[in-house]
This record gives sequence, C-alpha cells and structure tokens, in this order.
Amino acid sequence: MADQRAIGSRRGLRPALPLLLPAYLWLTVAIFLPLSAMVFFSFMTDLPLAGKEWAFTLGNYAAFFSQSLYSTLLFASLRLGLEVTLWCIVIGYPAAYVLAKVLKGRSREAIFLLVILPFWSNGLVRIFSWAMVLREGGILDTALNAVLPFKINIDLMYSYPAVIIGLVHSYVPYMVLTCYLTLQAIDDSLIEAGRSLGASRRQVLWRVIIPLSMPGLIAGAALIFVPVVGSFMEPRILGGRTGTFYGTVIEDQFVAVFNWPLGAALSFILLAVVLIILALAAPVLRRAA
Amino acid sequence: MAGVQVANVSRSFGAHKALDNVSIDFADGGFYALLGPSGSGKTTLLRQIAGFDFPDAGRIAIGGESVERVPVEKRRIGMVFQNYALFPNMSVADNVAFGLSVRGEAKATIATEVQRALDLVQLGKLGGRKPHQLSGGQRQRVALARAIVTKPRVLLLDEPLGALDKALRVDMQIELKRIQREIGITTIFVTHDQEEALTMSDRIGILRDGRLVQEGPPEEIYDRPQSEFAATFLGDANIFRGNATGTGIRLPDGTTIAASTGASVPAGVKASCAVRPERIRISTSAAKPDPADANTLTGQVSKRIFAGNNSTYFVERDGQTLKVIVQNTGAERLAEGQSVVLSWSPDSTVLIA
Repeated sequence: MADQRAIGSRRGLRPALPLLLPAYLWLTVAIFLPLSAMVFFSFMTDLPLAGKEWAFTLGNYAAFFSQSLYSTLLFASLRLGLEVTLWCIVIGYPAAYVLAKVLKGRSREAIFLLVILPFWSNGLVRIFSWAMVLREGGILDTALNAVLPFKINIDLMYSYPAVIIGLVHSYVPYMVLTCYLTLQAIDDSLIEAGRSLGASRRQVLWRVIIPLSMPGLIAGAALIFVPVVGSFMEPRILGGRTGTFYGTVIEDQFVAVFNWPLGAALSFILLAVVLIILALAAPVLRRAA
Repeated sequence: MAGVQVANVSRSFGAHKALDNVSIDFADGGFYALLGPSGSGKTTLLRQIAGFDFPDAGRIAIGGESVERVPVEKRRIGMVFQNYALFPNMSVADNVAFGLSVRGEAKATIATEVQRALDLVQLGKLGGRKPHQLSGGQRQRVALARAIVTKPRVLLLDEPLGALDKALRVDMQIELKRIQREIGITTIFVTHDQEEALTMSDRIGILRDGRLVQEGPPEEIYDRPQSEFAATFLGDANIFRGNATGTGIRLPDGTTIAASTGASVPAGVKASCAVRPERIRISTSAAKPDPADANTLTGQVSKRIFAGNNSTYFVERDGQTLKVIVQNTGAERLAEGQSVVLSWSPDSTVLIA
C-alpha cells in the first residue's frame, strides 16, 4: 500500500489519465448527465415536452411528506429489502461455505455454475417461470398434491411470499459470490488452529469464520438491499395487488401516470434514505469487518 | 503432561500409503523431532497425533488414553503451524486467550494466564497489537504462547521455524528449547532440516516413504545409522558397498574395510559401510598419521572447498568420489590433483546390512 502511494505521488496522476479517461467519460455521459436531468425534472411542475407550461417547484418532494402512502410504501420496501437480504444470507452463506471449504475441483466448478446460472437467464423469463410454479394448479401445487396423501391448496401467486421468493432467487447469487470470495481467502490452518485450541466446529464458525468473512457478508448485503428496496418487476408480476411497493409507485409515475417529476423526486428520496441508512450502519459495519 | 504412543499406525490416501505401520513411543517430557524429506509422512503422522485426520489402522494414545477416534478439539493438544495461523481479526492477547475463552474460563483467569504466557515468550508488552503488526519471529512466539496457554498434554510443531531466516531460526531454536524445558511439555516437532533435528531434540525419528527408518537419540543415529538412507539423510556419509567378511566388507576391487560398529552381517552377504567425512584423515605420505587407523585407501584430490574453519576435499578413488572434512589447523593445504592417502579407524566405520 505505502509503496503504491509513493509511486503515485512521484509520478502524479498524468500517466494514469489515459487509463481512467474512458471509464469516467462513459460514467459522465451515461450516468451523470441523465441523473442530472432527473434532478432537474424533480423540481419541475411538468415535463417541458410538447410546449407544455412548466415552472420550478418543491411540490414533488412535498408530496412525499404530505401523503402518508409514500412513506408507508417506503417502509414496506425497506422491510422487503431487509427480509430478502436476510433470506439471501441464510440461503447463500452456507452454500458459499460449502463451495469454498468443502468441495474441490470439478464438483466445485459444476455447483458454481448452477449458482451463477440465474445471471445468465433473462430476468423476465425467470420471474414468469416462478409465476408458473407458484400459482394455484401450478407446478408446485400439482407436484405436492401428487406426492402428499391429502389434498392441499398451494396458491402463493400474488402474495408477499411470492415476491420474497422471486427476489431471493434473483439476488442470492450476489451473496454466494461475495461470501465465497472472502471464505475462500480464509486459510484452512486458521480453522485447524481454532479446533486444536479446543473450539468446537460451531465455536470456530462463530468466532473465526464468520468474523473473517464479514466483509463478504456486508458487500453482499449492500449489493442486495439497495436494488431490492427499489425493485418493481418482481413485486408487480409475482405480487399482483399485494405487490405495491415504493419501486412500483415510482415505475407507475414513469410509465403509466407519466408524472416524471414526481417519479424523479420519489427516486431521489429513496436514494437519500438508502444513503442515510448506509451511513448510519457504516461505523458498526466497519467494526464488524 | 503425558507421553504419546503411536502403535502400528497406517494411513492411505487412495493408492498412496502415507503412513505404513509406524510405531513410536514419545516419552513424557521429551523433545522429539520427526525428520524426513517431503512426502515422507512426517506431517501426516503429526496430523494423526493432533487428530485432524484419523488412521486407517493402529492405535494412538496420549497419556495412556486411546485417542485415535477422538476429534482434535477434545485431545487437549497444543499446535504451532508452519504459517503460524494467527487469527488476523484478533489482537495478540485475544489470539492467546482464544483457547481459554472457548473453554469458558473466567475473564480474570484468562487475563492472568494470557499475560503469563506472553511473558514466557517475552512478548509481555505486545498484547494489544494485531498479528500483521508483528515480525515473523514475534508471530512465531505468539503462536507458541497460544499453543501452551491452555496447558496441553502435548505440544505439536509443524515445521515451525521454516518461514524464518537463518539467524532468527537459530535464536528461535534456543528459545523454543528453553520454553520446552521450562514447562516440561512433551514436544513433537516436524522438520526436514537435519541440523535443527540434531541440535534441538532428545530423540529423532527418521521417516521415509511412510515408514519409520530409525529412531533414537541424535548421537546414536548419527554414530550408528542402520541404513544408507539414515546415514546420508542425517549428516554426510561416504558409503562403500561390497560383501561382508565378518569383520567388515570386501570391495569389488579386493580392498577390505574393517568395521567395528553397526550391524552384524554373515560373511558373503552384500553389505555396505558408512564413514563420516570428518572421521577420515588425509595425508600425502604412505605413513599413517595414527597407527590405529586400520583402513587405508589411496586416491586423488579432485576438488577442495574452503569454508573458513574447515575444508572439504573431494577425493576420486576407483570411480567413487569420497568426501573428507579437515579442520583448519593451519597445516599445509592440499592442492587439486594431488595423490593422497586416506585412513580411518574401524571404530568410525559403521556396517550396514
């Protein structure tokens, strides 16, 4: 680290410029400019399209605070984000552990491929395939009734659990990958050292492995929590009427109501809330990591 | 504290026999070295004693209690790993405290025991540091303190000095030996460094291809190796091969070499003799420097390596290169190409079956 900094200060930023420029140019054009436009829109009364009249206003932001619906939905979305993140940890961490510490060679590669498969399939296809599984008379319902001696009725479609299932399916690979990377970096001799000192496997897990893999857990949680809070596709398709969340309301403003200024304002409020949560959590997370 | 008995232990990994019917008795309070080239099974044996791996056959006992199916965390052993394996997320004191804390000891007890252990390894003031802030030698000491603070019955060391540079290694050898004496713990020490094994241990076990080749005090193994492998792996040796005569061997060219130590081999059977390079005297005249030297050979110096306090001469004789080490006493040094007479006593010659 110290060496790298020394080289950087001696030679300055100039030699690195050709390497940095393409990325920053792209970020400026593709993200910064459109986002700036959105910030601009969020303070307008209407879109300046087709010669419509418009003026600057704070009304879009005021709408969030004047109508309790928005904050209620935001809380619902934050809860959804938290629940999905927790399920991803519960499901993803053990899988990452087995991949990093138990499996070796070919079998590891094969299982790894299965984990990242969701990344390679189209998001909509993935969600609609869940719809086929979860609905009444769907694959899950039929399969369970074929096996079980009594008649049960599985109709998870258009429910909160369906939204959770769809989101966990989409996001669990992030948790597996980030945790796999940190777990795999833990030297096996640390685990052996713990056991040689009299710690049971459970004690080694809680006192050595989990603390050392905390950076991966935190990175995975951040990668999952933030997009899930703003998600709209899974809630809309799998949640139906129960699937109204903060993200779907924002989507409505853009595609249905065509009230871009309100949609933009709601987005930036979400961004601010997420940043505040991450900032508040930072000291705790830094200590844990 | 307790002794360790390893009896007829075998362990295979697939078709590879890592340990083949190994039996060693590690007496209570002794310092043992398990010495062997890589792949000889010495680390596998240590891992069986530690309990990281279970033998396919055989018995392992610690303090008279069979443990071959007891998992490592229940064996009450202390282990120092080759890479130290300190927990990077914990301070030095927390590393040392780990073993006491998982046993649920009281906080006050832990604090005093940790301080005592750190004082023993002379790191009393560094309890608050993180492992990455320590030097290699200091990490080594922390690993040792962590391994002994729980008062284990046996201390296992897996090439603990391998990662240190030479000067530090010598310091740590002395230090390790001092600590071992001070607490009197049975210590088993895996190494591939023969010098380390000779200087540190009370007894050495030499392993090769999963078998115990020879076991005994360092002096005994060095002076009376029972195999060519033991003779050449622990120290340097000149090996002569021929047929046993009853009092020594006869080389293919008819020369006889008298040996008064080692195995007794019936006359006529193929046998060999081992002679340490420092036991051979080298001179330019036919007159023996010592009349007791019954064995003489003539040859030609092919090379001399000067090492300050001694010189090594390579002497060509009948297609064989012999090694002779001569102390630097200020006497005349021999030139390469010079014809010389080598002589040594039968007492310095070990007959190997």
